[in-house]
Amino acid sequence: MGGMAAPQVAPVETPDTEEVPVSDRPWVTIVWDDPVNLMTYVTWVFQKLFGYSREKAEQLMLDVHHKGKAVVSTGARERMEHDAAQLHAYGLWATVDRS
Amino acid sequence: MFRRRGDRYVATFAVDEVRVLRKVASEVVGLLTDGFDHGDPVVGRLFPEAYPDDADDTAEFRLYTEGDLKTAKIDQAGAILAALPDGDGGGEVRLDAEAAEAWLRALNDARLAMGVRLEIKDGTDLGEELDDAVAADPASSRVFQLSVYAYLGYLQESLLNALID
Repeated sequence: MGGMAAPQVAPVETPDTEEVPVSDRPWVTIVWDDPVNLMTYVTWVFQKLFGYSREKAEQLMLDVHHKGKAVVSTGARERMEHDAAQLHAYGLWATVDRS
Repeated sequence: MFRRRGDRYVATFAVDEVRVLRKVASEVVGLLTDGFDHGDPVVGRLFPEAYPDDADDTAEFRLYTEGDLKTAKIDQAGAILAALPDGDGGGEVRLDAEAAEAWLRALNDARLAMGVRLEIKDGTDLGEELDDAVAADPASSRVFQLSVYAYLGYLQESLLNALID
């Protein structure tokens, strides 16, 4: 086909960013706000389970509290399911989703 | 309330406190054994749907995780029962770090369960709820349940502070 004049056609709509195939996108563990868990407890759980610094754990806790939810870990699906199950053992409301 | 003493976490409980703790821990165990029912909103809160928009994925997640999670929750409630003073009196409770963490998780489970039953919402003012409940009927079960819920929160926070300290 090289060298042939391309017919004039309307450009195909292309996405702004290069599309990452759905299957290659990492997964995330999300923690949702709930009215019972103590803020200090949620911070402690994030430090305990993920080894986050106190500052990072506190920021995530505040995101959960003020925005209603926060992504607390990212990676392979199996790993996220493991994280969610651990969070459930600590009584946090965690779900798994694609990023 | 808990305080740290060396490498132990220590609290002295009056007889009423021991009774309350035994009751709430036993209720959690009961909920997870005889009464286990996914339709119960308390069970729904203790075992959240991992995939809220996908029933099949949630079912598969449960297939692989729910047994272990249930065992863990029964064990942590059991850690409260095991550490309480024997008999029908008050007394001292001494926890090592592992038992203290089991207590934290178990107290949290008990508070989550009560929070669902008491319909605790974001912004619920416990003091106000309690005043209203007392005004309606000081001898009601709601007054008692709200008091226990508040007590468990203070106890959990004291243990957490002792651990972080």
